[in-house]
Amino acid sequence: MDVIDILLSANFWAAAIRIATPLIFGVLGALLCERSGVLNLGIEGIFTAGAMAGWMTVHLGGDLWTGVLVAMAVGALFGLLHAVLTVPLGLSQHVTGIGVTLLASSLAYFIYRNALPQVTSPPRIVPFQPLAIPGLSDLPFFGPVLFQQTALTWLAFALVAIVGWVLYRTPLGLAIRAVGDTPQAVEAQGLDVHLIRIGTVMAGSALMALGGAFLTMSAFDAFFFGMVNGRGWICIALTVFASWRPGKALFGALLYGAFDAFQVRLQTSLGGAVPGQVFLMLPYLFSIAALVLVARKADYPRALLVPFVKGQR
Amino acid sequence: MIGLRLEPRPTPAPGLALAARIGAGIAALVLAAIPIALAGAPVGKAFALMAEGAFGSLFATSETLARATPLILTGLAAAVAFRAKLWNIGGEGQLYAGALAAVAVGSGLLDLPGPALIPIVMAAGMIAGAVLMLVPTLLKTRFGADEVVTTLLLNFVVLLVVQMMLEGPLKDPYGMGWPQSAPILDQAVLPKLMPRMRVHTGLVIALVVAVGIALVMARSVFGFQVRAVGENASAARFAGIGVTATFIKVGLLSGALAGLAGVSEVAGLKGYLTSDLSPGFGYSGIVVAMLAGLNPLGVVVAAIFVAAVFVGADSMSRGVGISSYIADLIVATSLLCVLVGGLVTTYRIRFTRPDPARS
Amino acid sequence: MPPVAPADRIGPVVLSLTGITKRFGAFVANRAIDLTLRRGEVLALLGENGAGKTTLMNILFGHYVADAGSVQVAGADGTLAPLPAGSPGAALAAGIGMVHQHFALAGNLTGFENIVLGTQSLWAPVSKDGPARARLSALVARSGLTVDLDVPVANLGVGERQRVEILKALYRDARILVLDEPTAVLTPQEAEGLFAVVRRLTADGLSVILISHKLAEVAAVSDRVAVLRAGAKVADLPTAECDREKLAALMVGREVVPARRSVGTPGELMLELQHVSVAGADRRSTLTDVSLAIRAGEILGLAGVSGNGQTVLAALLSGLVRPSSGRVRLDGTDVTRFSPGRFVQLGVGRVPEDRHRDGVVGAMTLGENLILEDLDSPDYRRFGFLRRRAIEKRAAAALAAHDVRGPGPDSPARLLSGGNMQKLILARVLDRKPRLLIAAQPTRGLDIGATGDVHRRLLAARAEGAAVLLISEDLDELFRLSDRIAVIQAGRVTPAERTEEVDLKTLGLKMAGQTERTPA
Repeated sequence: MDVIDILLSANFWAAAIRIATPLIFGVLGALLCERSGVLNLGIEGIFTAGAMAGWMTVHLGGDLWTGVLVAMAVGALFGLLHAVLTVPLGLSQHVTGIGVTLLASSLAYFIYRNALPQVTSPPRIVPFQPLAIPGLSDLPFFGPVLFQQTALTWLAFALVAIVGWVLYRTPLGLAIRAVGDTPQAVEAQGLDVHLIRIGTVMAGSALMALGGAFLTMSAFDAFFFGMVNGRGWICIALTVFASWRPGKALFGALLYGAFDAFQVRLQTSLGGAVPGQVFLMLPYLFSIAALVLVARKADYPRALLVPFVKGQR
Repeated sequence: MIGLRLEPRPTPAPGLALAARIGAGIAALVLAAIPIALAGAPVGKAFALMAEGAFGSLFATSETLARATPLILTGLAAAVAFRAKLWNIGGEGQLYAGALAAVAVGSGLLDLPGPALIPIVMAAGMIAGAVLMLVPTLLKTRFGADEVVTTLLLNFVVLLVVQMMLEGPLKDPYGMGWPQSAPILDQAVLPKLMPRMRVHTGLVIALVVAVGIALVMARSVFGFQVRAVGENASAARFAGIGVTATFIKVGLLSGALAGLAGVSEVAGLKGYLTSDLSPGFGYSGIVVAMLAGLNPLGVVVAAIFVAAVFVGADSMSRGVGISSYIADLIVATSLLCVLVGGLVTTYRIRFTRPDPARS
Repeated sequence: MPPVAPADRIGPVVLSLTGITKRFGAFVANRAIDLTLRRGEVLALLGENGAGKTTLMNILFGHYVADAGSVQVAGADGTLAPLPAGSPGAALAAGIGMVHQHFALAGNLTGFENIVLGTQSLWAPVSKDGPARARLSALVARSGLTVDLDVPVANLGVGERQRVEILKALYRDARILVLDEPTAVLTPQEAEGLFAVVRRLTADGLSVILISHKLAEVAAVSDRVAVLRAGAKVADLPTAECDREKLAALMVGREVVPARRSVGTPGELMLELQHVSVAGADRRSTLTDVSLAIRAGEILGLAGVSGNGQTVLAALLSGLVRPSSGRVRLDGTDVTRFSPGRFVQLGVGRVPEDRHRDGVVGAMTLGENLILEDLDSPDYRRFGFLRRRAIEKRAAAALAAHDVRGPGPDSPARLLSGGNMQKLILARVLDRKPRLLIAAQPTRGLDIGATGDVHRRLLAARAEGAAVLLISEDLDELFRLSDRIAVIQAGRVTPAERTEEVDLKTLGLKMAGQTERTPA
C-alpha cells in the first residue's frame, strides 16, 4: 500500500480519530489542572481507574452513561486526593502524582481481580455503538470517517469547545488562568486560591478518567491489565505541545492519532521486514519529540508546581 | 469552627522524621485492612500470613532479601537523582537496559573466567543504564524537556526494545521458542549466599553500594554539589557550581545504579532475561527512596519493608484468597502516607479555635 | 484647582484598629497597636523595615489573623462595624483596597481582566464586560489614572502596573486605600504624579494609608503620621506638627551613624564594558550598547527604575548571561563568555539582587553556604571529599568577623533574617578579597542598622582597592556611596557623572527615559 493511499482512506482517518479520542480527554484534563498551577501525574492511574470503574459499572448491569458518570466520579475523587495533598498541604506535585498513579492503578487491579478471580479471558460488555446520523452517514469519505465514531468521541469534540469557552469566556476561567499564574492576585481579589485549584484539579481528573472509560467502553469492550500503556504520560507531553490551549490540544491529539494509525498501517504493509516493536515504539518517540520540540519556548503557567501559602509573597 | 494551620518549624526535628517514616509504613498497613475486610477476608489472619510469608522461616527471609536486592539499587537510583531534583522515573527502563547489556555480554559473547567476567557484566549493565538516563538528562539540560515525561515514556520504549531483542538477536536458540535470552554463563552467575536459598551475592553488592553512596552524598564535594543543586539550583549556579554538569553526573550515577539492579536480577536470580523480569522494581524504587527520605542507608531498610510486603502478600493472597495486588496497594499507600508524615517534621500542626473574646 | 483645606476635607472616623497584636513564634510583629483613620485623610504609617507596618496591613486585609485586637470599619452609612478576621473577601467588601509593594497582578491577564477578576459570579456562563468597561472609563476619567488596560500586565512598566492596582481598588468601591511603599519603584517624577492622584482622590472622600519609610514624601503628602518601631506604635501626630529629625529619631529609636564616604583614589581600570548588548525577550532582559568602566578603589552607582535591565546586567557580570555582541574585560582579560565559576575564580564578588533565590541555599547550613564558592579550593577539599574541620573553622571565624547573628553555624541558612542573610553573603564574597564587586540592590528590604553595616562593608572593600558596581533603586544610598553615578533605562546606560555634579531632577528625567527638553 502506498503512503498516499493510506492517507486518503476513510478507515485510516476513522482510526486516527478513535486513537485520538482518549488523548483529547486526557490532554484537556491535564491542561485544566496545569492551568490552575497543579501538575497531575496521577493521570496514568486515573485513566486505569476510570477504565475499570466505567467498565465494571456496565458489567454489573449499569447503563453505559451511568458507567461514564461513575468513571468521572472516580476520577474526581482521585483528583481530590491529589489536590488535597498538593494544594493546601503543598506536597511535591511530582512525587504525589506518581503516588496517586500507583494507588489508582493498583486499586483498580485489586478490585478487578477480587471481583473476577477466576476468569481466564476478560468478560465483555456491549460498548458504545457508532452514532450514525441518517443522510450524513452516507456522505462520501466524511460519512465513514465521522459516523464510525461513538457518542464519546462526539463528547470529546464538544468538550474541546466547552473547556475553551470556560477558560476564555467566563469569570471562572479567568480565575483559573490567574490562579495558575499569580495566585496572590486571586487572593487579593477575595477569591479562595485553594478552592479554585482543588475544584479545577477535580474537574480535570474527571476528564482524565473519561479518557480511560473510552478505552473499555468504546474502543474495546473489556478491561485488560496494562491497557492504558502510557497514554497518560503521552497526554502530559501533548499538553506542553498544545501550549495549554484546548484547540491545540485537539490538534496535537489528532496528529498523534494519525501518526499511530499510520504506523499500524505501515507495519502491515511492510509485512515482517521490520520487527513490529519498532513501530510500536514510534508513538512514544513521537511524544518525546513533540515535547522536546516545544520545550524551550513553552510558556509554562508561571505558578505550575508552586504551592500557594496564604499571606506569603 | 476549628481550623487547621501549618506553621513551619524553625528547625526540623530529626527524631520525628524517623518516627514519621515508621508511622507511615504502619499507617499503610492499617489502611490496607480496609480493602482486605471489604473483600471479605479475615484481617488478622491475613496480616499474620503476611508476616509469616515475609519472615516466618529462613526460606521466607531469604525470599524477602532476594526481593529487596533490586529494590535497594533502584531505590538508590531514585534517591540520588531526587536529591538533585532530577526526577528520574525511568528506573524500570534503566533496569531492563542493564539486564539486556548483561545478557548480551554475559551469555556467551565473552567466555572469560568468572573473576574477570562478573565485573565486565556488571560494568556493561551499569553503562547501559547510565547511557539510557543520559538521554533524558541531556534533553532536559539542552532543550528544557521535562525529564519526568521523557523517562516515563522511555520505559515503554526500552521494554519494546527488550521484546524485540528477545525475539531477534538475543533469542535463546534452545529456548523452545519462548522469547527469552540464552542463560548467563555459569561463571558469570552471582553466587548464592546460602545453599538452597535464592538470596545471592547481589545483596552484598547492593549493601556495599548503599554504604558507598551514603558516604559520597554526605561527605564528598560531588554530594555537596548535588545537594546544593537540588535545594536551590539558581543559587548553586550563581555560586559557580556547574549545574548542568551536576545533573549529567547524577543522572549517569542514577542510571548506572538502576542498570546494576537489572544485572543483579539476571545474573543473581533468574539466570536469563525475559520481558517480565521486573514486576515494577523501577517504580517501587521511587517509593523506597521516598520512604527512606532519600537517605541511602534508609533505602536499605525501606527496600526490605517493601520487599516484605510483596513477598508476604503472596502468602496472604494464597491463604485468604484475595488478589496479590494488595501489595501494590500497600506500597502506593505507604508512599502517600510518608509524604503526609513528612509534614509533621517540617511543620507544626496547630488547631486554631476562634477567640471567644473576639466573636 | 487649589487643594482643599484639610479641615473641610477630613470627616468622621472610617477605620479603627484596637489593640492589634500579632506574634510569629517568639517574635512580636505587632504589639497592641491602636490606629484610627478619618474620611478624606492621608495617614502615613512610618517605620523601618521590620517595624511591623506590612504585618499590620496584612491583618487589616485578612492575609493574617491577629492574635488579639479588633478592626472596625465604617459601612456605606458611616456606622462602624467589626470586620471579620482572616478574610480578604470581607476586607474588599468593607471597602478596603490594598496596593501591595509587590503588585498582586497576574501577568498573563490584561489590566482589564485583573480588575474584573473575582467581581462576577464564578458560575456565570459568560463574562459580562460591557458595564464593567463603562464604569472603568468613568473611573479613569475621574482619577486621571490612564493606562492601556487591554495588554497583558506582563508587558506594562512598573508605574503602569501601579495604576492598574489603584484602579482595581477603586473599581471595588474602595473607601480606604492602603498604599504599601508606593514610590519604591518610581522615578521622582512618577512619584509626584502619584501624589497628585492621591490628593484628587482624597478630595473625593477617599481615605488613604500610606506606608513608607521615606520622610520626605510623608511630609509632602500626609495629614497625620503614625510611627511604628519594633512592632509598637511610638507616635501619632499631625504632620504639620513634626519635623524630619524628630520623625527619624522616633522611627529608629537610637542614634544612627550613616556610613561616610571619604575621598577616594581610583586606581587602574578594572572592569570595562564595550558596546555590550544582550538580546532579551522583553525590556527587563535586554541591554543595548552598554559601555562603562570602573577603576579599582571606586564605586560606580547605577540608578534606575526596576525592570530596566539592571537584573540582566548583574547576571551578565556574574557569568549567567552571555552578550549577543560587545566585550567585557576584567583587568585586561577578556571575560565576555566566562561561566559563573570562572568569574568567581578571577576574583569577582557578586551580591545577588534576590538573596533568597540566588544568594543562599536555604536548606544548607551557614557553614556550607560560606564555602559555596570555594569548592575547588584545596583548603576545603581533599581527594574529592570535603574537609569538614576546615569548613567548621571557616564558619566560626566568618560568622564572628561579619557579626552574622543566627542560631549557629550548623543551622540552615533559611532561618536567618534578611540582614543576617546579607551579611552571610557578604562574608562569603568579601573574604575572597574580590578585585571587582557587583552589588545588586544590596540593602533591599533591610532595616537601617543592617543597611549601615552593608554600606560600611562596601566602603571597606573600596578602600582595599576593589572596584564596586553598586546597582540600586535607592537614590539616597547611591548618593551616599558612589564616586560616580550612571543611569540605566530601557537597557541603555548613560555616561557616568561625578556624584558631586549630579542633579536630582536631571537624574529623575534620565530614569524616566526623557532627554532634557531644549527651551523653545
